[in-house]
Amino acid sequence: MLLSTALVLLMTPALAFFYGGLVRSKNALNTMMMSFVALGPVAVVWALIGYSLAFAPGNAVIGSFAFAGLRGVGMEAQGAIPHLLFMAFQGTFAIITPALISGAVVERMRFNAYLAFIVLWVVAVYAPVAHWVWGGGFLASMGALDFAGGAVVHVNAASAALVAATVIGPRKDYGRHAILPHNVPFTMLGAGLLWFGWFGFNAGSALSAGTTATLAFTNTLLAPAATLATWTLIDMLRGGTVTAVGAATAIVVGLVVITPAAGYVGPMSAIIMGALGAIPSYFMLIYRAKTKLDDSLDVVAAHGLGGATGAILTGVFADAAWSGSANGLIAGHPAQVLTQVASVLIVLAYSGGATFVILKLLALVMPLRITVRDEKLGLDVADHGEEAYTHGDGAILVKPKENPAAQSATGAVAVQSGGGA
Amino acid sequence: MKLIVAIVRPEQLSDVLEALFHAEVRGLTISRVQGHGGEMEHVENYRGTSVKMALAEKVRLEIGVSNHFVQPTIDAILSGARTGEVGDGKIMVMPIERIVRIRTGEEDQDAVTPIQPAEP
Repeated sequence: MLLSTALVLLMTPALAFFYGGLVRSKNALNTMMMSFVALGPVAVVWALIGYSLAFAPGNAVIGSFAFAGLRGVGMEAQGAIPHLLFMAFQGTFAIITPALISGAVVERMRFNAYLAFIVLWVVAVYAPVAHWVWGGGFLASMGALDFAGGAVVHVNAASAALVAATVIGPRKDYGRHAILPHNVPFTMLGAGLLWFGWFGFNAGSALSAGTTATLAFTNTLLAPAATLATWTLIDMLRGGTVTAVGAATAIVVGLVVITPAAGYVGPMSAIIMGALGAIPSYFMLIYRAKTKLDDSLDVVAAHGLGGATGAILTGVFADAAWSGSANGLIAGHPAQVLTQVASVLIVLAYSGGATFVILKLLALVMPLRITVRDEKLGLDVADHGEEAYTHGDGAILVKPKENPAAQSATGAVAVQSGGGA
Repeated sequence: MKLIVAIVRPEQLSDVLEALFHAEVRGLTISRVQGHGGEMEHVENYRGTSVKMALAEKVRLEIGVSNHFVQPTIDAILSGARTGEVGDGKIMVMPIERIVRIRTGEEDQDAVTPIQPAEP
C-alpha cells in the first residue's frame, strides 16, 4: 500500500507531462503547473478537512468533522492497513481529480482563480462524492460499484470540466487558428507514467496485497492494451495513419474505462471492456473539435465518456466468481446496470451543478480569465513570469537596487544563484 | 520590384499570413528573430535571479513583390499585425536590383509573378 500510494502520487506529475505536451509552448509551464500545484494546497486541505468530510462517520450525504486535522487518524487498523496510510492513499486520489479538470480550461484561466477553484472544489465536490461511494454514503447503500473511481474521480472531474469550459469560455484562437501540441513526446511520456502509476491506483484500491489486488492489477494491464489495439485499428480503417497523440489518448481512455471495474471483472471481460471503451471516446474526440465547446484537452471525451462507459459496463461484466463480491448483467444480476447508470447520472448532476456555483461565486471576487493581451502573450510569461524554453538572449540581470518591486515580489534578493535557472 | 521586410509579433503571425494570402501574396519567407522595439521589458524570476527580458520574440517576413503589389502587401500586414500596443513591429520596403527564379531561370518581374495553377 505504501508503494501504491507513491505510484498514485506520481500520476499527477505524469498528468502534467501529458497535458503539458498538448498545449502551445507559450503555455507549457502554466499547464504543467495546473497539475503540479494540486500536490500542494489540495493535499493540505485534504488532511485538514477533506478526508474527514469524505470518510469520517456521518450521514448518507456527507461525513463529519470527526477526523478534521487528522484527529484520531493513527496507526489503528483500517482493514488490512493502518488508518493513516488509508488517509494518505485517498489523499493522492483527491490530488489528481481536480488536476484532471485543468485540461478543460488551459491556456486562458487565471492561475489564482484556478488555485481557489480546486481548493474549494475538493472540499465541496470531491469529498462528498467520495463519501457517497466509498465512505458509506447513499451510493454505496444503493450497491453502486466503483472500484477505484470511475464515477468518483473521472465522471466527477469530467462533469466539472464540461461546466468550467462553458463558464470560462473558449480560447480566443479556438476555431480561428490551428492550435497544435508543442511537444508530443511529453504527452507520450505522460501517458506511459500514468499507466505505471495507475497500477497503484487500481490494484491499491483493493487496500491490501492479495487476490483482489492481483485481479485489479492484471485488468489494468489488459484493458488499456485492448483500447490501444482497438484505437489503432480504427485509425487504420479510417485514415490509414496511426497517430502518436491518438495512442497516448487511447491508453488513458483504457485506464479510465477499467478503473471502476478493476477488481470486479475477470481478465477477458477487461479486454472486452477496454475494446468497447475505445469507441465512444474516439468519436467524441472527433465530434467535439467541430463544436464550440473548447474542452481543450478533451477531459469530457476521455474521462467523462470513458468513466461513464466503464461504470456502466461494470454493471454488465461484474462477476462474483472472480471478485467474490457482486454480480452484473451477464452473471445474472441485470439491475446492477441501472444502479450504475443512476450513480453516473447523480455524480454528473451534482458535480456539474456545484462546479457552476463555485465558479460563479469566484467570478464575483476575481476575474476567472486572463486578459486577451496576456492570452496572446502566453500564460507562462503573463501569470508566472517564466518561460519553458528560454535561451536567455537579451536577459539583463536585475540588481537589487534597480528594481525594488521585483525584489519584494519574489521575497528574495536578486542575485545570481549558481544553477538557479 | 521591392523587398518588403516586416517584423511582427509571433502571436499575430497567423493573422498576418491569413491577410497576405487573402491579398494573393503567395511567395514569402519567415524567420524567428529576437528584437527590441521600445516595448516594456517583462521581468522573469528564476529562483533568486530576476531578469529583464530586453529582447522579445518576433517574426521577420521577407517578401519580394512587383511594384503594384507593394501597397496591398503593406495593407495586409498592417491589418494582421496591428494590436495598437508598443512592440507591434515595423515594415521596411527596399529596392531590389535583380531577382532570379531558380527553377526556371526567369528574371525580375517574371520571377515574382506567381505561377497560375495549371489548367486541369
